[in-house]
Amino acid sequence: MSGEVQAAAVLGGLAESEQQELARGPVRRPRARRFGLGDWLLPAYAVIAFVFLLIPIVYTFVFSFNDSIKSNISWRGFTLDKWLNVCNVEGGAVCEAFGNSIVIGLTSTIIATTLGTAIAIALVRYRFRARSAISLLLFLPMATPEVVLGAGLAAQFLAVGVPKDMTTIILAHTMFCISFVVVTVKARVASLDPALEEAGRDLYGSPQQVFWRVTFPLLTPGILAAALLSFALSFDDFIITNFNSGSVSTFPKYVYISASRGIPAEANVIASAVFLFALVLVISAQVSRAARAKRLAQLG
Amino acid sequence: MAFAAFATTEAQPQAPKKKSRIALFLLLPGLLYLVLFFLTPLISLVLTSLQAPAEFGDIGQFDYAFNWQNYVVVVQDYLPHILRSFGYALAATVLALLFSYPLAYFIGVKARRWPLLQSLMLVLVIAPFFISFLLRTLAWKQILSDESFIITSLKALSLLAPDAHFTGTPFAVIFGLTYNFIPFMTLPLYSTLERLDTRYLEAGSDLYANPLTVFRKITVPLSMPGIVAGTLLTFIPAAGDYINASRDFLGGTDTQMMGNVIEANFLVLLNYPAAAALSIILMAAILVLVGVYVKRSGTEDLL
Repeated sequence: MSGEVQAAAVLGGLAESEQQELARGPVRRPRARRFGLGDWLLPAYAVIAFVFLLIPIVYTFVFSFNDSIKSNISWRGFTLDKWLNVCNVEGGAVCEAFGNSIVIGLTSTIIATTLGTAIAIALVRYRFRARSAISLLLFLPMATPEVVLGAGLAAQFLAVGVPKDMTTIILAHTMFCISFVVVTVKARVASLDPALEEAGRDLYGSPQQVFWRVTFPLLTPGILAAALLSFALSFDDFIITNFNSGSVSTFPKYVYISASRGIPAEANVIASAVFLFALVLVISAQVSRAARAKRLAQLG
Repeated sequence: MAFAAFATTEAQPQAPKKKSRIALFLLLPGLLYLVLFFLTPLISLVLTSLQAPAEFGDIGQFDYAFNWQNYVVVVQDYLPHILRSFGYALAATVLALLFSYPLAYFIGVKARRWPLLQSLMLVLVIAPFFISFLLRTLAWKQILSDESFIITSLKALSLLAPDAHFTGTPFAVIFGLTYNFIPFMTLPLYSTLERLDTRYLEAGSDLYANPLTVFRKITVPLSMPGIVAGTLLTFIPAAGDYINASRDFLGGTDTQMMGNVIEANFLVLLNYPAAAALSIILMAAILVLVGVYVKRSGTEDLL
């Protein structure tokens, strides 16, 4: 939903168009006045809030260097061992779960992004009947608690007699990703300038050529943001996976199962590595977006 | 807003639309997928919720029936869990709103002059998303466990009774729910506050309204769409969550929520009809609450 879409926007660093930024009220410097309480209260609050938000992340990161034996609860000293030998614990169970999560994430992202992008284009560009029913069908999966989605699919697989394995997880993940893809890509399609496609047609481009040479490249940032969001949703999903995975392990499921007997530090290593990777990706996207906005501002 | 994203299509000025077979070709695969893997599962959930135990059957074997008493039984058995789910979710939503509003206001209004700082702060808001949901909840469990530095020092300072616990209590569950869903609250709040035209606020103070009145009469009404979207995005997943309330995470035996009993009935006790009936109750209650809330807050056009 909108939080997720915003997350996608931040992930892609792309979704918010420059026009939108110009549309809001002009940025004004506040009138000169005495330095008041409010001037430092909010920034101070923001700093405290960010520290609070980051506490468990820092904790997880620090404990990935803990020289723990089995469970990773008390600090026993610094070591790089866990980072260097991630797959050596429990016969590589953490790495197997991580690998499964990657495969499931990639497969369901590809399917959901394809299906969702097609729907997004149709919703903006074409006229058809039953539009409100279709909108409702797209909206409902996002407003349904995950436990209901998970139990529903599991009840269905049970009724039809489908055994739970990797395929059922991928089917489930694709289902909840489609709506998020539609919302994210739709915003991009709607902000597309139709004149660009007209220009393509005026230059005798066939419909296929116009789509692949003009429309698709312009949609790519939105599609990329949607794909990143899908992958993130799939990768971190536990509740729906738990209902539909049978004996297949994913990274969140591994963490859930080992929670009762203590999580090995290797799980912290994987989570920290994923965190750092995502952080670098997002910050570089943001910085390049800021640089682009600056260039645009200088041109204008 | 995503809620708005679906609704506003008709109103947006757009290129003239064509009616075409292409639309069908584009829509059909995805919609078919949702019918098969979202809509039919809901129907099969309803059917499952009405099943009766199979005659001479083993545990986990049920026949299709119209056993509506299942609903009466689960409400009788799990009323505390149902009430807890909505109570905890409500508390977490209110706390997340109180936490997020000043933060979103700072990022969206006060930090406007520094776009790069603004976007880096947004990255910090969603940073918890990048680390596994389960691991960050476990991290809190360990940070706030009875032997932890924080709890022992609070006890040493006599701010906490010597025999007090934090993990395993309702407070811990509400705390976990609040923490985990803060980004869902902050982002939509940010996206409406970011578009807030500050000239309205200046107009208010020019007309001798004190800062509190300006906030109450101008800022809050203008940010209503963000408040509604944020509270829904926090409340819905919080009401259905069972990680925070689980005994291995922040909860205890008497903090179990609906999600926990749905999971236990479905995956452990193999009592599928009970799990299905509870799921239907959860979904129906959420849809009704959301409908009433959206109507009362006057933001129908969000849906």
